[in-house]
Amino acid sequence: MLQLSHVTKLFFPGSPDEKIALVDINLNLKPGDFVTVIGSNGAGKSTLMNIISGVITPDSGTVSIEGRAIQNQPEHARSRWIGRVFQDPMAGTAPHMTIEENLAMAHARGRSRGLSFGVTGAKRKLFREQLSRLGIGLENRLRAKVGQLSGGERQALSLLMATFTKPQILLLDEHTAALDPARAELITKLTDSIVREMNLTTLMVTHNMEQAIRLGNRLIMMDKGRIILDISEERKKDLTVESLLKEFEQISGHKMADDRVVFG
Amino acid sequence: MLNSIPGAVELGLLYALMALGVFITFRILDFPDLTVDGSFTTGGAVAAIMLTGGHSITISLLAAFGAGLAAGLCTGLLHTKGRVNGLLSGILMMIALHSINLRIMDGAPNISVYGSDQLFSGVSPYWVKLLAIFGIILLIKLLLDAFLHTELGLALRATGDNARMIRSFGANTDLTKILGISLSNGLVALSGALIVQQSSFADISMGVGMIVIGLASVIIGEAILGARTVFIATLAVIVGSVLYRIIVALALRIEWLDASDLKLITALIVIIALVLPAIQRTWKQKLLAKKRSAELTGQTGSKPIGGGF
Repeated sequence: MLQLSHVTKLFFPGSPDEKIALVDINLNLKPGDFVTVIGSNGAGKSTLMNIISGVITPDSGTVSIEGRAIQNQPEHARSRWIGRVFQDPMAGTAPHMTIEENLAMAHARGRSRGLSFGVTGAKRKLFREQLSRLGIGLENRLRAKVGQLSGGERQALSLLMATFTKPQILLLDEHTAALDPARAELITKLTDSIVREMNLTTLMVTHNMEQAIRLGNRLIMMDKGRIILDISEERKKDLTVESLLKEFEQISGHKMADDRVVFG
Repeated sequence: MLNSIPGAVELGLLYALMALGVFITFRILDFPDLTVDGSFTTGGAVAAIMLTGGHSITISLLAAFGAGLAAGLCTGLLHTKGRVNGLLSGILMMIALHSINLRIMDGAPNISVYGSDQLFSGVSPYWVKLLAIFGIILLIKLLLDAFLHTELGLALRATGDNARMIRSFGANTDLTKILGISLSNGLVALSGALIVQQSSFADISMGVGMIVIGLASVIIGEAILGARTVFIATLAVIVGSVLYRIIVALALRIEWLDASDLKLITALIVIIALVLPAIQRTWKQKLLAKKRSAELTGQTGSKPIGGGF
């Protein structure tokens, strides 16, 4: 489904600040795979997400979705296939537009945008139906401006919008990290149910070790621009936070250094 | 004093299209486009040449609109594809347009179109004509409202609101920016053409300071009607434009003010409208914070903290 081969990315090449972000990354996601990604500071997790979504282009290597090489396509062209939820709850929605207008924009993903009305009666019915699945009452606030919603509500809406048109790939970039524990838990549960229900091929970066173990069918760990550990579904079942940390130290030769990491 | 009001209303309505153009760039796209000063004159110049050439008013207005679209297209391309800073790309186009406008006007700094085709020239009494002009401006406003609710229009609005988000849903924000800036300058040029046919006169410097006047109209309108929906926001722009002209007409009646003080008055209106809400917000927040912290600490009186020794 999603394939990265020999992807390498340097920042500020040739300057004293040169930073190796990704080195020879090879990653292959099968349809329906739900992969969680953990790693220490500067491991390259965000760079990986940005390279897949097209925010930055790799220096070498290829990225392909269903066999199509996409590494040279601009972000807006790729987003036909890729849904994305950002860490910042403000990033995934347009605050000065209404809930229904935001959903209409998500609904138009993958189609060319023309002069037909964005919100119609039929679409409004669909929006209401889909919003009620979130279970937080947004279906009764279709015409409220998104800027009036709380961070948790906005993130739930972002999640719904990102998955609205069943994208080939779903990228979740620490999308619960900026929320308080109760809201983070709600979004985590919603994520799990939406991904399962739609059988979405998903890549999720998280700082929460327990969440990384609990969710998905595969776990990868990154360090210094490389994937140092790839844990399959069978092994993942018996994994604990302690054993994961121990394994990290053995392979990388240093302790997991992450000032934001959550262990349980 | 009141007999200057109907004239001011007419001017306000004709300038409202220019203000709507400024609204599209400043408020919707969040792009401070200074092309306006040039493209307003471009519209006027094109209309003047067409009218003196014997073309009908409708054709002349359409040609002016087209010229504005082209000017906006250039600014949009400079900013998005050329990666030139937004303010600078507008200023560059404004300067370039000055020469182009002189070329359009065949080197003459002003052209009289007296006696050529005029909008609603045969309509009387005056208030019916005023109503007809209002009808046209309203129609254009409603068309703009409808456009801003289409899928393309939503993408345009989201480009100014959260570009990263709309890109992640597949919209090319370079294209939406170019489209918005073009449309904006098309309306500005159309407004310039309307002013030329109304005053029977085109002048190379008729666009100077237009951007600030447009901004003043947008801000005055917002202060009065707000911007809760697109419908209200664009209506507010028209109301703002008319009110601005009325304020100017009244200000010119003050004896110790000259017509040449107009630009200073305009700048002052914008400055006051920009600074006042900011100060208000700060004060409100301070008061609210004080009240909340008093509630939280359970202190209702204003007992000074410390100094208990």
